[in-house]
Formats: sequence, structure tokens, C-alpha cells
Amino acid sequence: MARVVSISARVKEMTGGLGAFDVEAASVRRLIAELDARYPGLGAHVEANMAIAIDGEIHQDALSAEIAPNAEIVLIPKLSGG
Amino acid sequence: MSRVLVTTTVNGESVEFLGGTRQSLLDALRDELRLTGSKEGCGTGDCGACSVIVDGRLVCSCLMLAPEAEGKRIETIEGMAVDGHMHPLQRQFLEHAALQCGFCTPGLLMAAKALLDKNPNPTETEIRYGLAGNLCRCTGYDKVIRAVIDAAAELRQAPDTKKAGAAR
Amino acid sequence: MSDGAAGGRTLKVVGQRPVRPDGADKVTGRAQFGADFHLPGMLTGRIKRSPHAHAKIVKIDTRAAAALPGVKAIVTGANFVLGEGEDIDHGEGATALLDVAINCMAREKALYAGHAVAAVAATSPEIADEAVRLIEVTYEVLPHVIEVEAAMAPDAPLLHANMFTKGVTPKPDKPSNIAQKIVMGRGDVPGAMAAADVVIEGRYETAAVHQGYIEPHACVASAGADGQATVWCSSQGQFLVRTLTAKILGMPLSDLKVIPAEIGGGFGGKTTVYLEPVALALSKQCGRPVKMVMSRDEVFHASGPTSGAVMEIKLGATSEGRITACDLTLKYQAGAFAGSPVNAACMAALACYDIENIALTGYDVVSNRPKVAAYRAPGAPIAAFAVESAVDDLARKLNMDPLDIRRLNGARDGVKAVYGATFRSVAFLETLEAVKNHPHYTAPLGPNQGRGVACGFWFNIGGESTGAVHIDEDGGATVVSSNPDIGGSRAAMAMMAAETLGLPIERVRATVADTTSIGFSGSTGGSRVTFATGMAVTQAAEKVVADLKRRAAQMWECEVDKVEWRDATAFCLDPSKDVKPLTIAQIAGRAARTGGPITAEVSLNAQGAGPGFAVHICDVEVDPETGRTTVTRYTAAQDVGRAIHPSYVEGQLQGGAAQGIGWALNEEYVYGPDGVLENPSFLDYRMPVASDLPMIDTILIEAAPNPRHPFGAKGVGEAPIVPPLAAVANAVRQAIGKRIYALPLSPPRVLEAIEQG
Repeated sequence: MARVVSISARVKEMTGGLGAFDVEAASVRRLIAELDARYPGLGAHVEANMAIAIDGEIHQDALSAEIAPNAEIVLIPKLSGG
Repeated sequence: MSRVLVTTTVNGESVEFLGGTRQSLLDALRDELRLTGSKEGCGTGDCGACSVIVDGRLVCSCLMLAPEAEGKRIETIEGMAVDGHMHPLQRQFLEHAALQCGFCTPGLLMAAKALLDKNPNPTETEIRYGLAGNLCRCTGYDKVIRAVIDAAAELRQAPDTKKAGAAR
Repeated sequence: MSDGAAGGRTLKVVGQRPVRPDGADKVTGRAQFGADFHLPGMLTGRIKRSPHAHAKIVKIDTRAAAALPGVKAIVTGANFVLGEGEDIDHGEGATALLDVAINCMAREKALYAGHAVAAVAATSPEIADEAVRLIEVTYEVLPHVIEVEAAMAPDAPLLHANMFTKGVTPKPDKPSNIAQKIVMGRGDVPGAMAAADVVIEGRYETAAVHQGYIEPHACVASAGADGQATVWCSSQGQFLVRTLTAKILGMPLSDLKVIPAEIGGGFGGKTTVYLEPVALALSKQCGRPVKMVMSRDEVFHASGPTSGAVMEIKLGATSEGRITACDLTLKYQAGAFAGSPVNAACMAALACYDIENIALTGYDVVSNRPKVAAYRAPGAPIAAFAVESAVDDLARKLNMDPLDIRRLNGARDGVKAVYGATFRSVAFLETLEAVKNHPHYTAPLGPNQGRGVACGFWFNIGGESTGAVHIDEDGGATVVSSNPDIGGSRAAMAMMAAETLGLPIERVRATVADTTSIGFSGSTGGSRVTFATGMAVTQAAEKVVADLKRRAAQMWECEVDKVEWRDATAFCLDPSKDVKPLTIAQIAGRAARTGGPITAEVSLNAQGAGPGFAVHICDVEVDPETGRTTVTRYTAAQDVGRAIHPSYVEGQLQGGAAQGIGWALNEEYVYGPDGVLENPSFLDYRMPVASDLPMIDTILIEAAPNPRHPFGAKGVGEAPIVPPLAAVANAVRQAIGKRIYALPLSPPRVLEAIEQG
């Protein structure tokens, strides 16, 4: 069971105010599918606009990244630069 | 805009072109003579990217009109290396990594050359003020100054290199 | 220096300082920048711009302009028809495509003075200028708003009737200039603040500043008769230009070829398009190539600066200096369209410190100014000005050394940043240590002088990159990469390939390819090229080495695991074979007979970029009669992982520091009461020149190489601009004995502070 946390207000909008919840997923691809199933549109939003920290390491556009059991996931806005 | 025939010397060669009466020397160099090494950064003489040497004097070519080139002796960045051999300033810029994007580099090299032509042994402060008319946004000037210091030393030791670099 | 990711092997090329492979062309004037191209039949394009800060465009009459001999094409907003709400992810974050399109050419309203409303292409610059004058635009002038807090006020003139603040619940029913409110944090800030032994508060303001690249935007667009087209342009990303331009004009991507010219500075400001869609639309209309180059005046009026901002900070700490809580509110200008970097600023602002209780609030606010564009670590320098000034005040209040208080609270391996990362392989503490031990830190100061320190953080990204390595028949190599070179990255690419192949650097050339000649890549920016593109290039070189070994094994008829590759030569380790080593030239010369060309291309999406931590020391002297501040000494230290080419890494630190110094001391956008920019020139927008600055010493910390990069490199380009604003401000604070809470610290402002006593 992975613990998913988000600092994004936009995510909280879509989860009805929840900033932390548990999800069963072994990869980012599965995580997005689970998020969409639970909160329609959230998975798509995360895939398009967010980076994912898995146990503290940032993954951006990495659908096949693995999620260990009991991993901590943070959904964060995509990083860019100048 | 009317045009006049302009006869002038650029990098040691006699050239003729039709210069517009409202055309800058910079635009004439770039568009009529296809010498695109001199750049426009501002068009108002504030950035030095268009720097050339006219009759031995450093000039912003964006502030000079093309017909004013008549009869003058103009040096541009394209004439700095002679017969494919780089001027010590050019070599030192490369050695010191004194350029990043390279857009201001032709202007800086012209200004540095004009400075060393007049003052072969400048202090760091004199170099900084001598180059104060040339904006660089990439380097913070540190490596540029060091390159000029080393080029000046090199030129003082081997005056022949300096002659080879000067316009003929 | 740790070997780290280099796996203990001795490096022969990486870490040296060879002359860059593209250098000779740059010092001789041969290098071709965007405005240097001439094509047969080329026309000059020019833009008509709104003189008003905010106005309805009632009518555009182009008849007189169209009748002028020599005018070949005219476009207005009516020529750009794009559906609503299409978002694109162009590798540097999602962008509202419609906003980019309308920014290139206004539709119903002019949203800032300088907003493009029409464009012409003509046979000469003079005719194009005359045609622009002949275009008659009828405006209905509207009230305008410029400053961020004025734009947030409930009765402010509204820019977009359909802008409802995102991130607010319940959803607002009235439109606003606040595009988005961002809230993030953790812990219990009110409780921790109440329990704190000491609380520092401050309200800080910064002005909009421009990236200040010396090369104005420039492109040549050439439309073919069958709908295919080519664009040459200076940009930070040829694929990005292709995506934005093609989508704005409704073209399939494969119909548009974008050729990157050399770029004369970008710093983030060229990670978008202004001219390209317009130039291509003009070219399509008349079938001739169109060159468009911005004047410096246009660059200031119509290309994105970064945000100005208003910030409020509250820091709570124990009497030992441990920061326990921070409440930070950031109000950032976005310009005429949503999209300031306030989100990234919130995430980066406190990343240097391990703080348990954090509350961050960000506002993305539109007003009648040009749309902001990315500027080197977008958003972070502004927030760091507030944070690092407050930390400085905290140190002063507790009588603690400013570096010691940062070390006490500093991020280290295992610390969780508020934005979600847990730091690994970071060397922030080592960087602080190196600064504390540097002679600059203890050098004596004279009268009217002061010293300030500040630190800064930037995420750095990886992302999509492609690199290719070709071996030539004579055993040399060419590296082809996907990223425009703005700081010397071609040198680093060549060096990493040379190291992997075992070739001397002079035998490895590097080139940047157009969109048809290399696989896709994200832009040059985000401090990602040496990391991500370097990774792709190195992997391509490794594939080539594997291929070379395979061919040697073939030629020797031995097992491939008995082939060793060293110094660009294959050695046979099979004792039963009596063969001589094969050089790369010998193998390459027989490539046709052993399987064909020896080449590899690798595309990847690099993960695991290492963040950048920077610590700067600034000494200033303030003239008490004029308020003029001179930087007398400057040292920039940074955790760089591994410096592939130390000279160009030093160059990034020095260049970022210089930009930050200008931002701190002199640069600002000055607006008149009519909402028009008053200083759109380098004379009055005052950037540092050589006589303004001292030598900038650098300290490259390589204590923690990035294990995710083949040579340990971390991105370095952006972090250097984050500390200087506060480093300078903290130095001035010490020099004059009081803190100034607004930038720039221009002479009138400093003088006023001195005179107020």
C-alpha cells in the first residue's frame, strides 16, 4: 500500500479536500489508473501536469517507474527551468 | 531611401557598395557587404555589439551612417585573424573560455584590440573601463578581463604578432 | 575530489579545459546567429504594436498598407485561428497554447503597450516600416493596471473576462486578475510560530527585470509551395519552436523543419516564440522567405521579463537558531497572461533548509505588462531575496554567524524538502564549509563597506534528450546532439564522448542538429543539457564502443568478452590469439565490410537530476553622498557534482552572479502613469558592465557527484542567480546599518535609506 500525499491545491480540489490517501499500485502507470478510478480526471491531470516523488526521488514523465510496497508518493507540480 | 556609391577600405581591402542615406554603417556591413560578424544588440550605441574600428578609433557602427564610411579605413572582426591565423586576443579568449554564447564577442574583441593598440600595458581597471562600452550578459566579464591581460602580455613580448593582426 | 560515478577510473578528458570545438567561428565572426541569414527573395517582416496598455481593438484597416508597392503580405489576429483551451506539453511544462498564440498576435484586445496587433512583410526594411505606419488601428482605450497588488484589488480593471482564480474553493463566480492561488505546506505553523523564541518578519518588493540577452529575437521563415516550411531561428529549443509554431498555424509537425541558429543568450527568455508564427504566416501568404528581427525597444516592450513581486515572510526560531516555522506569501506578476513562476518559487524558496512547519501561499496575478517568460531559475531568486534577508536578520538578532546559522538548518542527505524530494547526494553543507574557509570570508572591511552572504537552490531537471555518435572512416568522431548551445555545452558533449571512446578531444567534433536530423529533445534550459543530453551522448558513445569491440572480435575470431577497449584501441585478451591491437581508425576503415556504418543514437527521458545548492559572499562599498553601491569583491560557491569542463562551469557561476548583481542594484522596469514602459533601452535599463564588477571567484564543490549521471554531473546553470539578490542586499545592510526591503538598491533608494538614519 503506497501512501500518496500532495501539496497541490489543485489535487485537493479533485479529491474533495483530501491531501493524503493510500493507493495500491506497483508502478506509476498503475497509480495513475487508480487515481482516475477513484477521482475521475485526477490521474489524467497527474500524468499531464505533475511530477511524482517516489520515496523522495523525483520522477517526471516516467510511467514505468516502479513503486515499492509502502512507498511514500508525493504529487508535485512539474519542474521546469529557464 | 536614396542610395549613394560608397568607396571605402574594409579589413585592408578596397570595397564599393550602395549605401542608403539613412542606412547605418552596421546595416551596410551586414546587408551590403555580407559581413555579419558585427551584430546589432540595441541600435542605439549602448551595447557595443556593433563595434568596429574606423581610422584607428573604436566606433559603434550603428551610430554611423553608411555614406560616412567614404574614404575611411574600417576594421571589423572578420579582419582580425590574418591569413587564417588568429590574433592573440582571439586565441586568449578561447583559452580562457571568455565567451559563452559568443554574440558580444566580436564587439568585445574589437574594443579590446582598440584598447591594446593605444595602451599596450593596461591595468585591470583600465581594461574594465576600456571595455565598459560592451555589454556581456553571459560571462560576468571575469574571464574576458583575464584574456585581455594575457593577450596584452603576449603582444608586448612579440610585437610582430601585433603587426600581423593590424589592418594592412 | 571523489571519483563517484566515474567508477574509480582516471579521467583523461572530462575535467580538463580544452578549447571548445565551436570556438574559432565565434571569435572570428563566422558563427551564424538568427539575424545573420540571407536567402534569395527574402522579405523583411515588421510588427505594428499597441501604444496602449489596455484597449479593445475595434478595427484594423490595412488597405493603405497593402497598396504600398513592395508590400507582399499582411497578417492580423484574424489570420490566427486556434481552438480554445488546447494545452501542450512542450518538454518544459504545460503552456496554454492559446495564450502563446494571442501573445504573438492580439485578437480582440491589446493587453499591454507593445502587444503585436498586425504584421507586414515587404521587400525592404524601409518599406516594411512605412507599411506599419500606414496600418490604421482603431482602439477603445480601457483602464489599465500595472502593479501586482493593484491588480489583485477587487475593483481592478480586468484583463480576461473568463479568468476565474484557480485553486480557490468554493469556485469564484466573479472573474479576477488572480489566475491562481497556490497553497502548500506541512506541519503546524501557527503553533510553532507561537512557541518560537524569536520571530522575524518582513515585507519585500522586487521589480520586473529582463533576461537581458544581447541578441534580440530573430528568425527567418520560408514556406514552400506544398505547405512544408523551414524556420531558422535563435532559440533555446528547435523542437519547442516547431511544436509551438506548427500548432499555432495548424500544421502537422513533420511539415515544419526548424534549424537552430547560434543563440546570443536566452536565460529562459527564448523558451517560447514571438516572431516565428508571425514570420511563417507572412511567408505562407506570399510564398517568399521572411526575416523578422526585434529591435531592442521591441525586446523590452514585447518579450517576457520575469515577475516583479511582493512578498511577506515570517520566520520562527529557537534561541539557538534552529528555524522551526516559516510562513511565506508570494504575489508574482504574470504579465498579461497567466503563468508566473510563483509555483516553482513556492517549492524552491525554503529548500535550502530543514524546516518542519511551513506555510506557503502563492498568487499568480495578471496585469497589463508583457507576458513573463522564464528567467534562469524562474521565481527562485525573488523568493530567495526575502528568505535570505530574513535569515540574515535572524542571525543578526541571535548574534550568530550567518554561515553557522545556515549550517545548523541546512539541507543534507535524508532531509525532506517541502516539495516532495528527499535529498540524496547533496553537498550543501560542504559548500557552506568551503565558503567559511575561503579567505574572502575573513578579509578585513573598510569604512562604508559591508559583507553579505546568501544561499540558493534550484531543482534542475532531466527530461527528454537525444544524442548520436558517428565514427568517421578515419577513426574520428562526430557527436550530434539535440540542444542549442548557449554556454559551451558542445564542448562538454564532445568531452564526454571523447572520454568514453578513448579519443583525444581534438578528434571529436560536436554539432547541434535541426529537427529532422536528430531525435526529439526538450529545450536547453532547466540546467539539463550536460546532465540529460550528456547522458544520451555518453550512452550513444558506449553503444559505439560495444559495436567496435564486436567488430574487433569478429576480425580476430574471438569472443567479444575477450576484447578490451582502451585509448580508442581494441586489445585482445585471448591468449590463444596472436593478434595486434586494432585502433579505432583500423576498425572504422573496414566498417563497410564488418556490418556497415558505426553509429549510434540514443533517446531517453533522464531521471535523477541532482539539485543545485549555491552559496555566495558579496562585499560592497556604499558611497554615503550618492547612495551608489559598488561590488568590491564576490565569491560564488556551488555544489556541481562533477565539472565536465571547469571553465564553462565557472562561467555559469560568474554569469549568474553578474545577472543577480544587476538585478539587485540597478535593473528594473519603470512604468509611467499611462502604463507604458519608460526605459526600453540599454541606456536606461542598466545592466552591469565590466567596470561595475570585480573578478568573480568561484568554488566548485565536487564532494557529492550525482550517481545518476555517467560522470557525476549536476546541472549548474541556474542556481548561481538565486543567491546574489540577497547577498548584495545583506552586504548593503551591513554597510549602511539598516535593511532596505525593496529592489533594486539603486542610488536614490539607498540614499533615502541613509538619510532617514
